Amino acid sequence: MAQEYKLILKHADEPGYTPDIECYLRHGGYADLKKALAFAPKTLPDGKTQSPQEQLRQEVMTSGLRGRGGAGFSCGLKWSFVDRKSGKPIYLICNADESEPGTFKDRQIMHKDPHQLIEGMIISCFANDVKLAYIYIRGEMPEGAKILNAALKEARAKNFLGKNILGTGYDLEMYVHRGAGAYICGEETGLIESLEGKRPYPRIKPPYFPAVLGLWMCPTIVNNVETLCNVKHIVAMGGAAFAKLGTPNNTGTRIVSLSGHVKKPGYYEIETGKATIGELINDPKFGGGLRDGRKLKAIIPGGSSSKILKAGEKFKLKKKDAEGKEILVETDMLDLPYDFDSLAQAGTMSGSSAIIVMDDSVDIVGALANLSEFYAHESCGQCTPCREGSLWMSKTLHRLTHGEGRAQDADYLVKTADNIPGGRTICAFGEACSWPVQSFVAKFKDEFVAKGAADEARRAKEAASPSEPKQLEAAHH
Amino acid sequence: MSTAATTETKPAAPAIEKIKVKVDGREIEVPRLTADWSGKLTPTTMIQACELAKTDVPHYCWHPKLPVVGNCRMCLVEFGTPALGPDRKPIVNPDGSFKIAKSPRPAISCATPISPGMEIYTKTPAVKQMREGVLESLLINHPLDCPICDQAGECKLQEYSVDYGQSASRFVEAKVHKPKAVDLGPRIMLDAERCILCTRCIRFTRDIAGDDALGIINRGSFNTIATFPGMPFDNNYTLNTVDICPVGALTTKDFRFQMRAWFLKETKSVCTSCATGCNTLIGSREGKMYRYTPRDNDAVNASWMCDAGRLNYKWIGRADRLKDVLIRGQKSTWTAALNEISDKLKQAPAGSVAIIASARQTNEELWLISKLKAKLGAVSDSIPRVGPADKLLVSADKNPNTNGARLTGICFTEMGINLAQIADGIASGKIKTLIVFGENIVKRAVSNEQLRERETISEVVEEHGLTAELLAKLDTFVVSDILPNETTKLAHYVLPGCAHAEKRGTFTSGKGRVQKFMKAVEAPGDARAEWEFLHDLVHNVTGQNGYVTIEGLFNQMAKEVAAFNGLTWAGLGDTGVTVQI
Repeated sequence: MAQEYKLILKHADEPGYTPDIECYLRHGGYADLKKALAFAPKTLPDGKTQSPQEQLRQEVMTSGLRGRGGAGFSCGLKWSFVDRKSGKPIYLICNADESEPGTFKDRQIMHKDPHQLIEGMIISCFANDVKLAYIYIRGEMPEGAKILNAALKEARAKNFLGKNILGTGYDLEMYVHRGAGAYICGEETGLIESLEGKRPYPRIKPPYFPAVLGLWMCPTIVNNVETLCNVKHIVAMGGAAFAKLGTPNNTGTRIVSLSGHVKKPGYYEIETGKATIGELINDPKFGGGLRDGRKLKAIIPGGSSSKILKAGEKFKLKKKDAEGKEILVETDMLDLPYDFDSLAQAGTMSGSSAIIVMDDSVDIVGALANLSEFYAHESCGQCTPCREGSLWMSKTLHRLTHGEGRAQDADYLVKTADNIPGGRTICAFGEACSWPVQSFVAKFKDEFVAKGAADEARRAKEAASPSEPKQLEAAHH
Repeated sequence: MSTAATTETKPAAPAIEKIKVKVDGREIEVPRLTADWSGKLTPTTMIQACELAKTDVPHYCWHPKLPVVGNCRMCLVEFGTPALGPDRKPIVNPDGSFKIAKSPRPAISCATPISPGMEIYTKTPAVKQMREGVLESLLINHPLDCPICDQAGECKLQEYSVDYGQSASRFVEAKVHKPKAVDLGPRIMLDAERCILCTRCIRFTRDIAGDDALGIINRGSFNTIATFPGMPFDNNYTLNTVDICPVGALTTKDFRFQMRAWFLKETKSVCTSCATGCNTLIGSREGKMYRYTPRDNDAVNASWMCDAGRLNYKWIGRADRLKDVLIRGQKSTWTAALNEISDKLKQAPAGSVAIIASARQTNEELWLISKLKAKLGAVSDSIPRVGPADKLLVSADKNPNTNGARLTGICFTEMGINLAQIADGIASGKIKTLIVFGENIVKRAVSNEQLRERETISEVVEEHGLTAELLAKLDTFVVSDILPNETTKLAHYVLPGCAHAEKRGTFTSGKGRVQKFMKAVEAPGDARAEWEFLHDLVHNVTGQNGYVTIEGLFNQMAKEVAAFNGLTWAGLGDTGVTVQI
């Protein structure tokens, strides 16, 4: 039976737990930093010496930690790409621009346990020889920025930050930078541009891989809030022990933001892959089921840009049989383990681990119209397919939800969406804005066609009887 | 003195390793490194390899002289690289070729570096579909107003739509409307609806002109090029943004609505506004000039020119141009005037003639004048012309051919130092004949007493003592010019000359680049190219027969003038040759 497993949020919701440093220290805070700073150089069997920093990076690699921001890329591998020979400073940026619709986990950490993030960051900075780090926080989170700034001040006062940290000779400074309110700033190179004071236009890769040419054209690590918190726990328990949490290749825990038509929306931390989507929705420990009398229609499993899963969908999931041979097991969408790889096999992603549940009261066309309007508004407009395509899709959906639809609009939408993703754009926003359209229409095509056909029929009737003119709302813009 | 002419301005760079890639199945060798927009050697990109393979890859935002941003997505191509085996070495096919692993995702050819064995595919169905997709996106909100758009005929949106686009639009939504006829600055208009947001104008202005004047406001499909509020787009290079704008978004106030681009005859020319010698194209129709545009020459002006130089053409078509040969104010003929002048010059005692030629004349003309000078034992000089310079293109020397005047011996290195001697000669009556070409000498004349006072307090070099009062003492005063001025009014003989756009010839730039320019339009009335009538005059006075074609004249000059030794008219090519100066 699936259980909550509180690693990151262990203390956050305990009664009386406050975000100040005294409370954090009472709960064993900054012990892991001291542990990390005390690592001694190690002699390897081949006679080479491994520095404390290398050991820490090795632990993170061993832990199998994957990025919690959305792409699920190996954190250890990301760190290994950092250009350490350029002679330029290395920067670390905490991506706290949490703005994927449906996602509200990082905010909890920053509001309730800011020192956990700061400790994770200091360890990560130490492990990567970083002397200057930034927390880039979403502009719409002024409270989080206030809390983090207060926490940084406390950490400085205790010499966890600043010059000669805890007498080790290690210097590190850390600043909070508030965004100005743009979803695209969550894209790491857009974030870097924004941090440099420019328009957050994501950079082209090649050549601007942050690990080589990041902030101020220096090697830069950009990690999500939850990812950096995990580093602290990897140091605490050791990479190998951390890797035993969750399931193979999907290690550790994930904080799932559960929203939509469930009785108990909220955030739930689980061992990755140790709970299914169905359990997260229906188990009384988690979502507690749908509202009474409602049936599940669909879920968006990993933040609004992930591809929708329709109730009753079945997927062939790779599993090992008793003899260790790989077999394909037909799995209902509700029985998908909530982890990176299972959802990838189902053609979608766990993304920022935000599940949006939709019951049968939902107008799926309207839901997509809502999402598309968000993406049309948030496209930075730098590259052609996304700039023009995102608004085009939004306009079509607006028309379709305002009585001006056509039966052919379903195909028309997909053709428009197909021109955007798959490497045609500079950043993954192209996928983010087109995947919902592609998947909603593919899985609920009959509803899109029916809506457009009904509009056509109504318009034909109105044209035949002009005595009853009806004011139609014009397409927007 | 022997100086070898060279087409190189810098010593040859060390050899760059070549690597083999395939473009659409055809193997070519390309250098591993190529100079980027700033001249720095960087890994060669796919689009550069395709260019070397003579394969067109459509593009909007990429420009060889600008930083790469990769935003238009028009240059997306498919590609593959040699597949690596478990030993990290390429897997070799039975026929000895590399096994290629095709990338699942396309890449923008403008920013993706090549690697050995890479295969680039520009003609696959997927590439075709991607180009169609980009063009469709660019056109949905475009006003499609080609019939009234100045860019029509030289518009990349038109060209690529024909080459790679679809004939019908699927778009049934309302278009995005953006500002039109926006006055960006004193010379530039913006139609934001036509803009495809390639940001070439922004990058040129920021990275080449060094003026962070342009940017983008708003988001997504509503993105719009804009200036800072209350800050007009006004530097000396703004008009280049119109050239590099691939569509009709940026237009010049000067050329806007003046002429359809396809009616213009394009003539290769050189800007005469300073010593830099920017290579230009003259756009003209039926004898009227409509615009200058810069012509690529990496040894001189890259792809740019300054606004001041570009707009400095209207005087050529002025109604008050000198059109008639005048003898003491009376309309005459070339034959009569040249005969009279020749007779007077032949009778003139040695040392009684002075010549003030112009460093705006061509090498050939100045060389012909030097023949006269030699025969007559004349003292000669030119008028210096200085002004503000900048770090990009504008030279402080406002004469296009200062070096031509020096190399042909018309003036000394320090131009203008003989003017005082000429003034003294006229004052003393020693100099009885003065020949002036293309210079309104009276304009900068200051009486000798005042001049001496000034020389002690400032370094004004453009002023001299050749006042109207002094010129009245001359027996013979011959002036050739293009526009009427105070000096032509005083002349006994007025010989109407030609603007550079009305003749052929060469200039030697401030850096020693000998560049030729071609004739775009006819001169008005009886005006003749100076080299033509100078040829006649030299023949009459010296008895020497010379060449009557510009090619022959140039080649003869190249033999006789040391600095030009080895040059030929044909060998100058379109972009000129640098000589030792």
